[in-house]
Amino acid sequence: MARTRVATRTPERPHGQSGKPEIETSQATPAAHRKPGAARPNQPPMFGGLSGSRRNVLDLDDFSKEEIEHILQSADGMNEVLSRDVRKTPTLRGKTILTLFFENSTRTRVSFEQAGKVLGADVINVSASASSVSKGESLLNTVRTLEAMKIDVLVMRHPHSGAPYYVASKIDAAVVNAGDGTHAHPTQSLLDLYTMRRHLGDIAGKKVTIIGDLHFSRVARSDVWGLRKMGAEVTVCGPPTLLPYGLRPGTEQADSAAFTGINVVDRVEEALEGADVVMPLRIQRERQESGNLPDLREYSKLYGINADRLALANPGALLMHPGPMNEGIEISSEVAHGAQAVIEEQVSNGVAIRMAVLYMLCARSRGGE
Amino acid sequence: MSSDQLRRALVRISHEILEQNERPVAIVGLHSRGVELARRISDLITSIEGVETDFGTLDPRLYRDDSDSASFKPVVPSEITFPVDDRAVVLVDDVLYTGRTIRAALDAIRDFGRPSSIQLAVLVDRGHRELPIRADYVGKNVPTARGEDVRVMLEEVDGTDGVTLLRQSEATAYGGGQG
Repeated sequence: MARTRVATRTPERPHGQSGKPEIETSQATPAAHRKPGAARPNQPPMFGGLSGSRRNVLDLDDFSKEEIEHILQSADGMNEVLSRDVRKTPTLRGKTILTLFFENSTRTRVSFEQAGKVLGADVINVSASASSVSKGESLLNTVRTLEAMKIDVLVMRHPHSGAPYYVASKIDAAVVNAGDGTHAHPTQSLLDLYTMRRHLGDIAGKKVTIIGDLHFSRVARSDVWGLRKMGAEVTVCGPPTLLPYGLRPGTEQADSAAFTGINVVDRVEEALEGADVVMPLRIQRERQESGNLPDLREYSKLYGINADRLALANPGALLMHPGPMNEGIEISSEVAHGAQAVIEEQVSNGVAIRMAVLYMLCARSRGGE
Repeated sequence: MSSDQLRRALVRISHEILEQNERPVAIVGLHSRGVELARRISDLITSIEGVETDFGTLDPRLYRDDSDSASFKPVVPSEITFPVDDRAVVLVDDVLYTGRTIRAALDAIRDFGRPSSIQLAVLVDRGHRELPIRADYVGKNVPTARGEDVRVMLEEVDGTDGVTLLRQSEATAYGGGQG
């Protein structure tokens, strides 16, 4: 299981608490967001909360509401570019974006690649299995070697929570976290917020119900950060063994500040009542130690979203899923491809959101040094 | 520039556009205040000639060569729903300054097609061009110093019509403009 040696400054924990140390890392070391020696370390916020000195996108916990708003608005403009016959702008011409994925991914990697290419950047893709990592090179040496070849943005996915924070503290290129262990997946959260806003308007006050494996879900953690910043009402529901510490019965110490101020409901039927957004999560079998979930069929029976359960939510409630779906387990095929599902639209919006994020990072770095 | 002067300038520009173009033109406003000016010019042309005028909007931000200074504003969707191929397109902006916005707009419009000609209408030309770009239709030429700022206010955005010249100190307090 992913231990977080790489995240540093995290005390060793006994086994079985894999969700815990990663989160503390992000909470305890906000300074890791900024590199040592970076210019303007204490620059005051400007332009309505936009720092103008953001170097990295690691999680949404250090984003202001205005900054999120800014990215969501820019995504509208990016979507318009994607709808053109000629999907290409010269905006990031001469910039190099490198995607470095230590975990398998289709949609996120292609989404970043498409986003970079539409904006005119050069995109290089490296997957760990085909790189010198498989020859035993350390993470730090790998990214330093890659940075020596002149890259502007490093888009990184890693099975260890906190790995992008570590890398961001060591290199000058901007780092975008494309998923780190069980910790965070900020661009997924942004595209979820954007998709909700396109359908529901203002997210504030809307009820969002997230169901399933919240303990191991980086999507849920980042989503909850984003939703709370935008003023949504978040309800979570899942098997007790898959709830984060603090929400799990018998635990008091929360494993993440992300999960404060949200509702926890035992029964899925109750959780779905009055929901404007229903988001079942994938059971991530690759991250689970044995014993968290006795049986997938039982899970499906108790927590799976089907037409009957979806009918308990508000009429016209959105059905979202971060993908990839395990149809027939957390979501039935019927509703996954039904009228309320916006799952494919999430994927399309992901490109626009990542364009907005890359634009924000690259445009800044152009004149900022 | 008072609100009456602003209105008269737009009426004159609309007549000049009609005078210079035998075939119907498309009016494309540049975000953000150019959009409102373009909408007015397009309405004026419609009322003068009694024909509908194609109206679109363009955000040239993604085509700028100095985008770090512009990145603090969100990118806005461009709306050009008509074909621009083989027709005259009139770009409309509030202030012509360095010419860099217009250069970006020329690149941007190219991604929508190949107009037979591209013309430029601006409410204020304040000088200090950094590129070989000029306007075909000018509301008012205003000589300025670089440290000053020209502030265009429009009913739709600012609640009132008018153009004021902000002196150096005022311009700094205000945050400066893009040009």
